[in-house]
Amino acid sequence: MDYGVSDPASGNPRTSSQHRAIKILLAGGFGVGKTTLVGAVSEIRPLRTEEPLTEGSLRTDSTVGVEGKTTTTVAMDFGRISLRSDLVLYLFGTPGQQRFWFMWDELAIGALGAVVLADTRRLADSFPAIDYFERRAIPFIVALNCFDGARRYEKEDVRMALDLEPELPIVLCDARSKESAKEVLIALVEHVLITASEEPLSGIV
Amino acid sequence: MPSNDERWLDAEAGPVVRPYALTQGRTRHAGASFDLVATVTATQAAIADLGSLAPEHMSVLQLARAPTTVADIASDVDLPLGVVRIILADLRELGLVAIRTPVVMAERIDKHTLREVLNGLRGL
Repeated sequence: MDYGVSDPASGNPRTSSQHRAIKILLAGGFGVGKTTLVGAVSEIRPLRTEEPLTEGSLRTDSTVGVEGKTTTTVAMDFGRISLRSDLVLYLFGTPGQQRFWFMWDELAIGALGAVVLADTRRLADSFPAIDYFERRAIPFIVALNCFDGARRYEKEDVRMALDLEPELPIVLCDARSKESAKEVLIALVEHVLITASEEPLSGIV
Repeated sequence: MPSNDERWLDAEAGPVVRPYALTQGRTRHAGASFDLVATVTATQAAIADLGSLAPEHMSVLQLARAPTTVADIASDVDLPLGVVRIILADLRELGLVAIRTPVVMAERIDKHTLREVLNGLRGL
């Protein structure tokens, strides 16, 4: 193969032809359909990461003598969608509880934005995720997974219940459907484009 | 008596990790940090000391023959991300791989790229 290591001092003349990876985060409580949605729209793959043991779990597990080993593995939903040969979308689905925020901190850097997947029967489960993205000014939308048998709510009722800004998109979806999952991602990218248009230019021409 | 080797914390978390044995107990890697979607490419440099590399280092190196990402490698070798990061940093120190942050990560994603993503998604 014919490629070399780029010299950081000389810059990289082949930047434009480089592989571009775009991250999208998918957050939400357990059982809300994150894995289903990632699987519907992308090639889903296993990915494990580590979690430091929290105070709560330390109390139930004796770690005397193994203080350095306070880590456990957590499975993440990881999907990739090749849009073009040089443009790949990476979806990362992470559990919504606060104790997983350390994972989001890393995932969020440079991410295009986030989708908060919510279940109208357990809206409170999505509070931590919404709070997280709002506080860090990470663009996000809310997608309501329409479970069979769950009562349908008006989007505006959900907006009020979640205390969301009027311009924040709320979309209804069926996480099992590829078309529907695709629409959710499209809604996020459109939202990010609109948000970007409203911001003053940051000096980059 | 039940074995105490694998202690499950709860339904969401798996067993306490053992793979750090592969990294001689290190949980942090040397050198500059890199993103989950940073591109990893093998440099084709000669391996000076084969004995210094674990089979897992070799597996990771194999996967990086064609440019790939940190997340893709972790998924393919089925090791936790933290372990894969340390292995990658080892390989970088030896000059065997180059790790580059994707261009779009450097600045905010520009509108042109956003439109490309939008068109790409619509065409799925």
